[in-house]
Amino acid sequence: MIVFDQVQKSYQVGGRAIPALHSTSMTIETGEVFGIVGHSGAGKSTLVRLINLLEPPTGGRILIDDENITGYNASELRAFRRKVGMIFQHFNLLSSKTVADNIAFPMKLAGIYSRTEIRERVDELLKRVSLVDQANKYPSQLSGGQKQRVGIARALACRPTILLCDEATSALDPQTTQSVLKLLGDINSELGLTIVLITHEMDVVRRVCDRVAVMDAGEVVEMGAVSDVFLHPKHPTTRDFVFESENIDRDEMQQDLQQAKGRILRLTFRGESTYTPLLGSVARESGVDFSILSGRIDHIKDTPYGQLTLSLVGGDLDTAMQALEAADVHVEVLR
Amino acid sequence: MEALMESLFSNVDWTEIGWASWDTLVMVGMSLLFSVLIGLPLGVLLFLFGKRQLLEQPIAYAVLSFVVNVLRSVPFIILLIVMIPFTVMLIGTSLGVAGAIPPLVAGGAPFFARLVETSLREVDRGIIEATQAMGATVKQIVFGALLPEALPGIIAGITVTAITLVSYAAMSGVVGGGGLGDLAIRFGYQRFQTDVMVITVALLVIFVQLLQMAGDRLVLYFSRR
Repeated sequence: MIVFDQVQKSYQVGGRAIPALHSTSMTIETGEVFGIVGHSGAGKSTLVRLINLLEPPTGGRILIDDENITGYNASELRAFRRKVGMIFQHFNLLSSKTVADNIAFPMKLAGIYSRTEIRERVDELLKRVSLVDQANKYPSQLSGGQKQRVGIARALACRPTILLCDEATSALDPQTTQSVLKLLGDINSELGLTIVLITHEMDVVRRVCDRVAVMDAGEVVEMGAVSDVFLHPKHPTTRDFVFESENIDRDEMQQDLQQAKGRILRLTFRGESTYTPLLGSVARESGVDFSILSGRIDHIKDTPYGQLTLSLVGGDLDTAMQALEAADVHVEVLR
Repeated sequence: MEALMESLFSNVDWTEIGWASWDTLVMVGMSLLFSVLIGLPLGVLLFLFGKRQLLEQPIAYAVLSFVVNVLRSVPFIILLIVMIPFTVMLIGTSLGVAGAIPPLVAGGAPFFARLVETSLREVDRGIIEATQAMGATVKQIVFGALLPEALPGIIAGITVTAITLVSYAAMSGVVGGGGLGDLAIRFGYQRFQTDVMVITVALLVIFVQLLQMAGDRLVLYFSRR
């Protein structure tokens, strides 16, 4: 469990303190995939670097499994960092070392593993990230996705309990992003390690995260389960992110809504209700006619969801809404 | 053929040329060795003490940097003379090949240190950060990550330093250091023996070419980018 207790960070620039993170308190549970989303400069990079103290906080306490890491001395800090893996946007692999040596590097630095232990662990990790054939290549000979998989294997070498991901997929193409995210998801469920992931893409959050914090100008403006934040965003910044990830043009959407007749509802289905043939039966029973203005059916992590915007004309609207709500559908009246 | 060589290079004493070449080799080789031994740690310290670096130490950096700049701004011919008392103290003589080596190191080491500092600065900061995040000590970061990553740049720096030392060594005649450059000045220039001049300069050109080629090959071999 990672607890931020009124943590703040500011930088001294020309004698003035520039705040990068305003006082923040939050808890990241053990074993969850926690996303931090924000535009560049929102402070998410700082936030993730506070967890392994690459950036020391200027105020507050950070507790990891009830230990105050901000009080560590240099050698305690080094021992602690071995238990926190980190992967990076630009991979940060050593160009002078082979894939296998890169993965072995943190174990060698730790100085507590025998040569056989290191070799066995490296072999195991190479298999885990499907890079057995690339073991003796140098990073420059690999593709972006392969480099990031080396990064992941290296981060896992000392069996950490926390994995920090700093824009880990931002330099990758969509397909590679998907495979890397899948790998992260598998690692999380197999090893049960806590993953803290920062990104500027809501789509990344939707695919792998359990909970998310949205950051804006050095502050966490919204936090909660991904499905709640994603389907019912409250803060304007969050809404921007969700619209962006769904490729929705707001002006166009407004125009569509203006032209539609009758009541406009937004229905949100989650989990099982996504598969229930509901709309037809509700329409028949209440005599309401509907047309679909926009819609999307997809997954949030492993949970299916659907979100439809409908215009409803005629019939008994109240009965229709009650029937929908009774079937566990979230109903919002847009007009 | 032999007769032609005789008439073309009538003033050239080939034994003399051989000894001079050997002297140049010894002076450059020894001073390069010590320049690297002293300049490498100095360059690492300059890097580590620098602004926003691992061991940021503004005062220590300013002091080191000043010393390096002073040594680098004194023309080598002056350094050669100013160093005489110190050279005597160090190795008992200020003359000959041995006497030329300390001033050559005094000129070469700070030069090489700057080149080391520059090539360390070119290592991606992300790599330092990643190594730090693994719980590495500063020593481990330097030896495990920084130096291996900067190795091609450092080898290129050694090549440049070696070539600079070849040209510095030419001035060592002032303290009786000998070598090809000295031969060129004493015979080729002062006694108008153009043939000696041509031969010594040609040998120096070949020497520098060989150094550069060897350096470039090594850089290529160690570059994994």
